[in-house]
Amino acid sequence: MKNILVAAGAGLALAMSPALAQAPKTIKIGFVNTFSGPTAVIGNDMRNAFELALDHMGRKIGGLPVEVIYEDDAQKPDVGKQKTEKLIESDRVDFIVGYIWSNVLLASLKPALDSKTFIISANAGPSQVAGELCSPYFFSTSWQNDQTPQAMGLYMNTKGVKSVFLIGPNYAAGKDMLAGVASTFKGQVVGQELTKWPDQLDFSAELSKARAAKPDAIFVFYPGAAGVQFLNQYAQAGLKGQIPLYTAFTIDELSLPRQKDLALGMPGAQQWVNDLPNDTNKKFVADFKTKFKTSPSFYAAQTYDAASLIDSAVKSVNGDVSKKAEMQKAMEKADFKSVRGNFKFGNNHFPIQNFYLQDVVKDASGELVLKTVATIVENDQDRFHDKCSMK
Amino acid sequence: MLLLIEQCLNGLQLGLLLFLLAAGLTLVFGIMDLVNLAHGSLYMVGAYFGATFSAMTGSFVAGVLLALIATWLLGMAVEVIALRRLYGRDHLDHVLGTFGLILFFNEGVRLVWGPAGMNLTLPPWLNTNFEIMPGVLYPTYRLAIIGVALLVAVFLYLLVMRTRVGMLIRAGASNREMVGALGINIKLLYTLVFGLGAALAGLAGLMQAPILTASIGMGENILIVAFVVIVIGGIGSIRGAFVGSVFVGLIDTVGRAFLPDLFKLVLSPAAASTAAPAISSMLIYLVMAAILIAKPQGLFPAANK
Repeated sequence: MKNILVAAGAGLALAMSPALAQAPKTIKIGFVNTFSGPTAVIGNDMRNAFELALDHMGRKIGGLPVEVIYEDDAQKPDVGKQKTEKLIESDRVDFIVGYIWSNVLLASLKPALDSKTFIISANAGPSQVAGELCSPYFFSTSWQNDQTPQAMGLYMNTKGVKSVFLIGPNYAAGKDMLAGVASTFKGQVVGQELTKWPDQLDFSAELSKARAAKPDAIFVFYPGAAGVQFLNQYAQAGLKGQIPLYTAFTIDELSLPRQKDLALGMPGAQQWVNDLPNDTNKKFVADFKTKFKTSPSFYAAQTYDAASLIDSAVKSVNGDVSKKAEMQKAMEKADFKSVRGNFKFGNNHFPIQNFYLQDVVKDASGELVLKTVATIVENDQDRFHDKCSMK
Repeated sequence: MLLLIEQCLNGLQLGLLLFLLAAGLTLVFGIMDLVNLAHGSLYMVGAYFGATFSAMTGSFVAGVLLALIATWLLGMAVEVIALRRLYGRDHLDHVLGTFGLILFFNEGVRLVWGPAGMNLTLPPWLNTNFEIMPGVLYPTYRLAIIGVALLVAVFLYLLVMRTRVGMLIRAGASNREMVGALGINIKLLYTLVFGLGAALAGLAGLMQAPILTASIGMGENILIVAFVVIVIGGIGSIRGAFVGSVFVGLIDTVGRAFLPDLFKLVLSPAAASTAAPAISSMLIYLVMAAILIAKPQGLFPAANK
């Protein structure tokens, strides 16, 4: 009897749904990120930034009420895919945001694209998605993986580095990063080590090999806590002061409090640094510090931009999120105030943007902070956009 | 050649560290017949204790000693409160119960120390390099780990082979019922053995802390390798654990270091750079499988199980 009642109720609700469409719609956003395990600090930072963006927009997206569903991918591709499918099939979200890890994004991409749900990567930028797997429904508010290390390669050229040893984790992003630095570096790559990811955290064998290869410099990519461990071991092996280290995504606001003086003077490349002098960024950094008592990382900055991008899309169709083609056109314009300064999207929906040299310095109060030193490259577009079929 | 020596030292260091973990695991498994998945949690807690106590006292050595005592006490408390109820039950119950402990410890550590992890800073006298031979520099701290672990191995050997407690431990490994029937307080013996295993795991964890930093879940990955070690060495045998861990440490590190170069001799560079990391990360499991085919009981099986 009860079942019949429920069925009847459901039928009634379905019949009434055209009338309900008049009521203000809630924009549903799925947020897939890592909220457990050693890299949960990154996921939390990104969630904080997204919440701050919603605060700044009056808890509305495109003027409509918003519901954000946070899902934990546990840094595992299979879990990320599962959570993405759940968001699409049972929560029926309008947008999916997040993804720190390239391997998680690659696994989660298909369910989103197949269902024509907009998926916005706030960090991961695997080369495949920039090239042959590019899609009208995918947008990035970060970078393509190769770009940041490419900028580092250019910087190493200007520093007169003649030979380099590359070390990074053995997964989609690690391979992209090492290929990226090798593509712009003019000297010789004397060795390359890919380590088991994410569980290998002892780099003794790799550091020994790097030392034996006698390079001018070591380039390293270790995001999250692994960056702390790498710097520790690099210093313990006595390589600090012997072979200079160049980094991408290894030193940031989240790892710096634990790397402390070891990170002092270590150059890194980044598309966003906390001291970029535009007004949106100043407000973002100041409010983030007030609300969460920590400095935002580049992960947070990219997530803040992702929220603004969604806002611009929903505004463009006056809240009718079924007009997907129009929303896509609107997002392609990147018509919002980015915390990195304004940028354009390339044909593959990856930003064309500047990359800066960041350095770790002590501020007036003796705190270690990240600081922009120079612009390495302006309006840089990733090297896979030709392979994307969208023009 | 110099590189090979350095890599062997790296392997030896990893192996001896594994030994500290595997010794406790094999004792508990061999004598108490308890599958303890939570052994890795004690390793993690040891690292956190080390970081906390050395920050509190301002001395590395004092912090290490306090952390050792603390993990020893914690191990015994865990045995008395939780594990005692699992003896005599099925191995699956052990797995379930101690897996619960893993979750408990991970969340507990998150509550007490927060999710970000902790650093254990080395004192300057350890944070240097030692020239083991002309042209080969090696981190002093890693040498210290090798030294401490060897001392522990000698201590365990003397304890097990030369003392009365050791005799009971060996007797317990061979025939538990008989030891109990002879009027030995088997409960107390179990508590002591478990405490010893916990302290060894804690020692391994806190010695890893300056290298790997203390982080939640750090014990789970290394626990799997520790199980590989005791399966290779023979369950219940400390000698087996020692040989097995040094073996696994060397295979893992040396394999990781030289496999890519070997592969490049036969494969294209691109294929080699993809295949080598994948193969080297499963090398120890391949070796384990090979050893089990030849010696199903492991290299040094404990007598008449």
